[in-house]
Amino acid sequence: MLLFVLRRIGVMILTAIALTFIVFYMTNLPPNLEKLAKSEASVRMADDAVASWLESNGYGGSVFVRYGEWLGVMPGWTLTDEDGTIRGRCIESGQDPAAAARYCGILQGNWGFSTVFKQPVTEVLARSLGATGWLMLWVMIVMVPASLLLGVLSGMREGSRTDRVLSTVAITTTATPEYVSGVILIALLASATAGVSPILAEAGWIEGKTLFPGTATSAMDNITFWNFFLPVMTIALYGIGYIARMTRASMTEVMTQQYIRTARLKGVGFREVVMRHALRNALIAPFTVIMLQFPWLLNGVVIVETLFNYKGFGWTLVQAAGNNDIDTLLACSVVAVFVVLVTQLISDIGYVFLNPRIRLA
Amino acid sequence: MDDALSWGSIFLRIAAQLLPVWVALIATFALSMRYKRNLGLYGRIFDSPVGMTGFGLVMFWVFTAIFADWIITHDPLAQLSGMKNIIPGSPVKDAVEGAYPYYLLGGDHLARDVFSRMVMGARDVLKIAPAATVIAFMVGITLGLPAGYLGGKLDTTISFLSNLVLAFPVILLFYLLVTPEIRVTGIPTVLAAILFIFPVIFLTLLLNARFFTNPTKRNLYVGGILVIGLWAYSGLAFNADPLGVWSMDPNMLNVFVSVVFVNSPGVFRIVRGMVMDIKTRDYVAAGQTRGEGPWYIMLWEILPNARGPLIVDFCLRIGYTTILLGTLGFFGLGVTPESPDWGSTINYGRRLLAIAPHPAVVPAFALMSLVLGLNLLADGLREESMKD
Repeated sequence: MLLFVLRRIGVMILTAIALTFIVFYMTNLPPNLEKLAKSEASVRMADDAVASWLESNGYGGSVFVRYGEWLGVMPGWTLTDEDGTIRGRCIESGQDPAAAARYCGILQGNWGFSTVFKQPVTEVLARSLGATGWLMLWVMIVMVPASLLLGVLSGMREGSRTDRVLSTVAITTTATPEYVSGVILIALLASATAGVSPILAEAGWIEGKTLFPGTATSAMDNITFWNFFLPVMTIALYGIGYIARMTRASMTEVMTQQYIRTARLKGVGFREVVMRHALRNALIAPFTVIMLQFPWLLNGVVIVETLFNYKGFGWTLVQAAGNNDIDTLLACSVVAVFVVLVTQLISDIGYVFLNPRIRLA
Repeated sequence: MDDALSWGSIFLRIAAQLLPVWVALIATFALSMRYKRNLGLYGRIFDSPVGMTGFGLVMFWVFTAIFADWIITHDPLAQLSGMKNIIPGSPVKDAVEGAYPYYLLGGDHLARDVFSRMVMGARDVLKIAPAATVIAFMVGITLGLPAGYLGGKLDTTISFLSNLVLAFPVILLFYLLVTPEIRVTGIPTVLAAILFIFPVIFLTLLLNARFFTNPTKRNLYVGGILVIGLWAYSGLAFNADPLGVWSMDPNMLNVFVSVVFVNSPGVFRIVRGMVMDIKTRDYVAAGQTRGEGPWYIMLWEILPNARGPLIVDFCLRIGYTTILLGTLGFFGLGVTPESPDWGSTINYGRRLLAIAPHPAVVPAFALMSLVLGLNLLADGLREESMKD
């Protein structure tokens, strides 16, 4: 078991290095650097001026060396200007060059400086991850119980009318990507001209013009049911259908097992059979699915945060990518890759724990 | 000036406008129901209500895309004055003689007809999504068969690479791959050069493995595939077709390649898993004993026996590709602003959701119904193919 985990972690680190290198390479392509130089120094720079600006700001040299510097396994670049001052990756302005650290990459905690937000990337990341954390938490609180309930209810009696109805609901929500369900929910509940809001406003049941606000910006400071309901439901809906279908498949399989029939023949009530005998075994497969949903949730988060203007991780990623903010984009991808790989690892290990039939050599 | 239409007459007029689609749908269903016993798996869709609903929805959009030129009521790019964000069913102001007198589903933020844009958007989506899925399948199959069947170092390497792509958050990948700056560096062309060669390899291997005992036939088929395949390849990947028949807009190539790139590892995983299961069967051992070559066994013994799950996954994956294309449009990546594709229409419409929801809601429902149709069709096919 320990060996398995260690090997998985080894592969994970290798994957993380490969992925971050790809992102580093893609964000440091010549056209992107040229854009960076023009936005940082002057828009009307000639090509040779761009080249010399890049050279004197540490963007010259091989991409491997720069990746090493960014990671913190290579010593940061230093340059001596004509007037004798030494500048470098690890030397803050006004700092004595001799006192500066030799290595300063993300391993040393130096994540760089965001050109869009004008503050250190660590601060940007901490704030946005905090915001997204709340969103994820509420999505999980809504999504997991709802989808498991839906799946178990429809898988309990395969082919019954409940099953047909619930399966249709599940398949419809999986066919609705976040940008579609978000738009429909806003039009239905948060538009002043369509949906239910005009009717409610006319009847005097709601104070404002719309039932729910169309943005979740106010949730950054104060999360309430009203400003968080739409974003959470938009993300959760897609996942609910998917997890419910997986739960249903696993539940129908368990319900045909011998021991369920034995329990029924012994005279145990249907409710008791479902609760005590079937449920525990039926929930193994959905566990993996829920864990593997995280990468997709990340996608949903990006879309929903853009749609509802909620300044979390996804919104930051879009801003960084759209404005060529290399350090922030790299940091975002490190976080994203880390989330994906860790959830994969947890789902693998959890699967082994939950299912004693699987033995790892 | 006329009054705006009521919802009832809007629906009637839309239904009338879609007449060619209804005719084609009825004809397809009538013919398929009549001969469903002779049509194999396709005919069996019509035994399951779920599959039939899904097939109907999918075919509705396919026919809409085919007959789009007859269905649209206005030029999808034309901007008529006074029609900005106008509500569905509004009459066209100062209509020219012979033009359609209403904006059936209203106008968007640039005063264009939402209905016509939705119809044209169907054509945009259905041009890319199935083609990209086919290429992704050929890449996945060509790599997945040897990885699963031969195993070893080859398997380890390809599996690692595919896990690498799968571990990438899709949106980040799109932001890295689909930008105007990337096109300058030629990375999309390199990717296209790698990905587009797989269909040629796949078909060559397929026919060579079957006919290599009969050189005349083999030379004819394989030669034909190579000539046509490489001709199309040179045009599509490098835009260097000497005759100028095959070519792809660089914008579109960028989107297309990224979508194929994202989808291929998923197909690879499925194919590899199934091959590892099927290769333990007796008929594969029998083939090996007969002295059949590995490619013959992979392509003509294993692949046909894996077709059921692959067809189901194909349907689901077209839906997924449609969602991905919408995502690209939603973030304004790789599409021109005039393009009527559903994703970018939703993107422009969402900014005005509070005042005029229809420009975003109409393409949203269109996209949802197409993906729903594909999912239902996949469900129906799965049910029917499991009855064997």
